[in-house]
Amino acid sequence: MLAKRIIPCLDMKDNRVVKGTRFVDLRDVGDPTEMATFYDRQGADELVVLDISASQEKRRTMVETIRNISDVLFIPLTVGGGIDSVSFMAEILSAGADKISLNTAAVNNPQLIKDGAARFGRQCIVVAIDVRRKNRGSDSEPVSWEVYTYGGRTATGRDVIEWARETEQLGAGEILLTSMDADGTLDGYDLDLLRQVTSAVKIPVIASGGAGKLEHLYAALTEGNAHAVLAASILHNSEYAIADIKAFLSSKGLPVRPVDNHN
Amino acid sequence: MPRIVIINSGNANISSVYKAVKAVLPDTEVSDNRQKIKNARAVIFPGVGSFQHTADIITKNGLRDTLLELLNGKKPFLGICLGMQLLMSESEESAHADSPVEGLAAIPGKVKIFTGSLTVPHVGWNTVKPLYDHPLFTGLEKETYFYFTHSYFAQPDNNEHILAKTPYGHSFVSALACENQMGVQFHPEKSGKAGLRLFSNFGKIIADQY
Repeated sequence: MLAKRIIPCLDMKDNRVVKGTRFVDLRDVGDPTEMATFYDRQGADELVVLDISASQEKRRTMVETIRNISDVLFIPLTVGGGIDSVSFMAEILSAGADKISLNTAAVNNPQLIKDGAARFGRQCIVVAIDVRRKNRGSDSEPVSWEVYTYGGRTATGRDVIEWARETEQLGAGEILLTSMDADGTLDGYDLDLLRQVTSAVKIPVIASGGAGKLEHLYAALTEGNAHAVLAASILHNSEYAIADIKAFLSSKGLPVRPVDNHN
Repeated sequence: MPRIVIINSGNANISSVYKAVKAVLPDTEVSDNRQKIKNARAVIFPGVGSFQHTADIITKNGLRDTLLELLNGKKPFLGICLGMQLLMSESEESAHADSPVEGLAAIPGKVKIFTGSLTVPHVGWNTVKPLYDHPLFTGLEKETYFYFTHSYFAQPDNNEHILAKTPYGHSFVSALACENQMGVQFHPEKSGKAGLRLFSNFGKIIADQY
């Protein structure tokens, strides 16, 4: 059976792993290579690294860090954060990444998804979508979500369903869907959002934003129909180990890759 | 002479394959040099992306003939992902719907796309179940999780060439074997300890040949 994936996410700023709440109030949580090694040994199914720093030197330091991280990993590595050209993608991939996550650059220039998929294959292109609820939903106005770019700072006016479908048509291999309302709150994923997006596209959707309890992960993978869950705070806080998450999901009948299959 | 050459067809990110193979089989190098490839004791042929694109590349750069020569010989050969699919005669994955793209035809069969209501691409960790005892899977569980990412799968004409299957919808062929020619649809280099074990098993197969 295809296993449900547990994917730790490292948000990286100036070569340190950070984590915020609702995209602000960042705090330092560790060294990227140490944390990557730690999660790999713990039985993570993949790793996502998003570089949110904005320095002039970013491209060079990012390539260096990705090379260091990929040296210690034998699981898939997705890298994102400011990647805005096919040549940048090629550099990150040759540093050892397996997939590229596109966000703002894809909204500004959707052709980038197509070009990336044509050059590196669809399996290589993950489109990250950050959204915020526009309304609470009523009979007259159904609930909808707006796409944000530039780390959640810029509203695009675009609807999440429409954009998700477009990215799929352009060649995205997976969607990494983050609810900004839920991010870092530990209150649970936005299940309505997940249900709507997973039923609108055929490609896998990774749920992100809001995991605080084991039940939240289970709900995203069942009620939300997500193929995988991204988790940051719940893991960085050391409240749960990946083995705890997998044991819980397995006890509820979901297929997971056993941790002891690994290291 | 290195024992193993990982073929650089110019269309795959092979650094992760190199890193994983080298971790268990140090006498390994990456090359696109036809003479080096011919002189190797064994070859690994990784590939990702489009079947047509890669089929075109190996025709243009002359690797197709080298590969055909190797496949006619008895050297251990391991195709990974697209490298496995290219062992087939033809693929549905084509820019022109009516004309299938030709593969290396080492193992008769077709490459097909997943259909129906399945999520495509098939991405993630799934179980691989060998249908019989084969040295490539020595020491692994009866059903072992490996990492997959693909939209197409190989369907050999001859059932004897099926080494392992994986459930998705019904089930598809996730490993092939025909004498010394082997292919896996999953990515051992991304499959943690199980993947490293598979590479070291491949090393044992090579050692047993000489």
